[in-house]
Amino acid sequence: MIRRSMAYAALLLMGVGTGCKQKSAPSPALKPTAIGAAITESSGGKQVGPTGTALKDPLVVQVNDEQGAAVAGALVDFHGPASVRFEPASVLTDSSGQATTAVVLGTISGRYQLSATTPGKAHAVTLQVAETALGYQQQLGSILADKYCNRCHNPESSAERVSNYDNLEVKPHPFTEGDTLNKISDADLMAIIQHGGPALSRSALMPPYANTLSSAEVQAIIAYVRVVSDPPYRPAGTVYEQK
Amino acid sequence: MQTVKKFLSSLWQALFGDTMRAFGVVSAALLIALAIAPAKDHFSEWHGYQGRYLSLIRDRGDAISLRRRVQPGIQQTWLPELGVVDRCTTCHQGLKESSLADVHTQPFRKHPAIPHSLDGFGCVTCHRGQGPATTVAEAHYSDRAGEDPILPARYIESGCGQCHQNALTGTPQLNLGRQMLARYGCVSCHSVKLPDGTTLTASDNPPSLEHIADKTTREWIFTWLKDPQAYAASATMPNYKLNDADASDISAFLMSSSTQHAGDTATLVTASAKNVDPTAGASLYGQSFCATCHAVQNAAGNLVGGDVGPELTRIGNKVKPEWLQAWIENPRTYDSKTLMPHYRFTPQQVAILADFLKNKSDSDYGANVHLNAATPLQIAHGRKLVAELGCAACHKMNGVSKPENFAPDLSRIGSKPLAQLIFLPGMEHSLPSYITRKIKQPRGFGPGLKMPQFTLTNAQTDALTTALMALTERSQSMPAKLRVAAVRESNYQPAGHAGKLMTELACFSCHRINGHGSDMAPDLTREGSSVQRQWLDDFLKNPNTLRPSLIRRMPRFNLSDSDRKELTDYIMVAYQSPDIDPDTAPSATNTPATVEHGRQLFYSKYACQSCHIADTKTDKGYIGPTLTQVGSRLTPAWIYAWMRNPQALRPGTMEPNQNLSDEDARALTAFLMTLKSSGKQETK
Repeated sequence: MIRRSMAYAALLLMGVGTGCKQKSAPSPALKPTAIGAAITESSGGKQVGPTGTALKDPLVVQVNDEQGAAVAGALVDFHGPASVRFEPASVLTDSSGQATTAVVLGTISGRYQLSATTPGKAHAVTLQVAETALGYQQQLGSILADKYCNRCHNPESSAERVSNYDNLEVKPHPFTEGDTLNKISDADLMAIIQHGGPALSRSALMPPYANTLSSAEVQAIIAYVRVVSDPPYRPAGTVYEQK
Repeated sequence: MQTVKKFLSSLWQALFGDTMRAFGVVSAALLIALAIAPAKDHFSEWHGYQGRYLSLIRDRGDAISLRRRVQPGIQQTWLPELGVVDRCTTCHQGLKESSLADVHTQPFRKHPAIPHSLDGFGCVTCHRGQGPATTVAEAHYSDRAGEDPILPARYIESGCGQCHQNALTGTPQLNLGRQMLARYGCVSCHSVKLPDGTTLTASDNPPSLEHIADKTTREWIFTWLKDPQAYAASATMPNYKLNDADASDISAFLMSSSTQHAGDTATLVTASAKNVDPTAGASLYGQSFCATCHAVQNAAGNLVGGDVGPELTRIGNKVKPEWLQAWIENPRTYDSKTLMPHYRFTPQQVAILADFLKNKSDSDYGANVHLNAATPLQIAHGRKLVAELGCAACHKMNGVSKPENFAPDLSRIGSKPLAQLIFLPGMEHSLPSYITRKIKQPRGFGPGLKMPQFTLTNAQTDALTTALMALTERSQSMPAKLRVAAVRESNYQPAGHAGKLMTELACFSCHRINGHGSDMAPDLTREGSSVQRQWLDDFLKNPNTLRPSLIRRMPRFNLSDSDRKELTDYIMVAYQSPDIDPDTAPSATNTPATVEHGRQLFYSKYACQSCHIADTKTDKGYIGPTLTQVGSRLTPAWIYAWMRNPQALRPGTMEPNQNLSDEDARALTAFLMTLKSSGKQETK
């Protein structure tokens, strides 16, 4: 009985994880023509996207030999939690030593540790890459942060948006700055966003948003801050009231 | 035979031989029969999950309160209005337990925070699947006729779209999909009737082909038809996969049916620009902010510019030089509905800009195309093809009328029963996978299908699928009170000569007024209450930059003095806010003390300098408009009202409402009103 229910549970998890019941056809066996010694990330790491969707940019890794020269035709296997899909999961490096795969995130929000492995001469070499999946609340937070927060809190300028970070006398904390932000409790973040920096004796350059954003929206922004923080945010355990 | 008979009679004797024995056997049989139902429950799948849930919460700190909320047996949510009968919570016991945030094993995960109560909307409304089923296989994966497998998470926003016809902040994918339905011409062939009775209309404004021969050559049409994306990567026209003969015949028909446009080339300045600085074209292109709407591919292959107008990377290959000049001179002569403004360029400027654009060409593009003169037979065949392929569904043309009901109606596509779909071998049997495949490879479903090949990214295809999956039976049949209506574009048109000017200048291509127009630039509905007359007049003469961080800016139109006065007067009178009374606003009798108080509030208490620049020497704020001359630009009544509640004047503006007291708002207004321009017209 237990075994059967476990089998069902496994089936359920697999189904929910991949979002579909269909099993992907096994890719035809790839024949590597070379063996690399080192593997490095070219692009596509540390991306953020909604759960269950493909990341915007593909994950590209580079395989080199001992001298640091690119190795073409080396086999790279991508691995991740069961609900993450790689299209394709095994790739041979191209002439410039790069292996490219599209990453479809799992359905659970949070940080995903992915790995790319290539069989080295003595032992396999592995590269760790982290990607972040946003649930509904965090995605809403990311949209709101883009409108209200990132102009100051993100030091990077883009073609569409010039960052105001460098113009500020007191520098705002980028949302990825986990070392600082992880130490601030949800309630304190809520107070700063709603009532401005002076609420917690911080800079007045941070204006209050209590009359502009609903508390659900502020919570969404906090959820987003928590999920993108680096190092990852670990919430304190549940706090129980004293009897 | 004998032995069987003997065996049966001995069996009868053994079971029912005497009264006591018969009673015992019948009782035992009854007991077993009675035990079947509870045993079935006990050994059912959901009972196993409930047991596992209990053991999961047993060791947690808040086990007692969690335990108290556990409801044994089959749970059901019944919502007759939505047609929901859900038993999902039978297994998914922890959905509403916020303390289970760290549990990642299904079916016990907590539901992510959403704005709705789970009891009020049920599960299948968004997730699909079979609500009444009590086994995982049937609830999640059944693809039998009339049943529906669980919706993959990446299309989940389609659930929101069943009630919310408006654009929600939290559903970017659904919003994109809906925009694409209108922008990529989907709804020109397919009709989509929304639950509120309106029909989706196309927003892509495809060019009319009635005078195409004035504009371009038959060779270009041929090359374009063969592969629109080869001309411009951002082209929204799909590829019809035509063979050479068909493309040649269609181009022959379009050229032969084109009529000369009256007045198109009449007022032409054919003289090319002479004795001008070779960089004049590029700088005029930049000064006129053409890139706000038009994109050009740069050397690195990236598109730079907006997507309102067509991409101009190879415009020199496409249009005839005399047409281009006439178009720049006044685009409304050729196309009265164009989004492009009539810039009122001088003849010299027209020539410079036309020369500059003419050189944006690629000598390889269409280089090997040589078409022989068309025979009447070919033209007739081209006409037949145009009718068959439904070209007139998007483009206006002579001799072929817009086809009605050209492609299947998609109003209820999101509820299409799986039994009515034909799946290709190897395809997943689900509606989203069918729709996605149809969008990606429309001709793959069989020979003779007409739907063309679109060039879309995976994210765009997913967005379109999400928007289509929202068009469900439930969305059509639910009570109207559950529906959130879309914001409909009003048909506001300004009146009189000023109205005509605003149409000519295409103000509504960027600005919104009284619910009509685009949201690229500020809403002007209350502009008359907001700005001072002199400033508006100067701004229309020479628009200077208000927001330093913006890339898209207001172009400069060469308006005559009388036209400019007319427009300024109209805006000042017609676009007044009833809520802003100039008389109740703080007057000019502010004391220096009030002004000083306002300055201190500006720099210390409210730290406005983090986003605004009031003094270019000290301030660096790069987000909001520059305020160095705000006292000459805005009215005190507007500034005061804005201080009190910015969102009331301009919904969705990013300036936070700081809930200022009346006194603080008055002091800040007094300070800001002292920031005046030095009297001289500032140069850009």
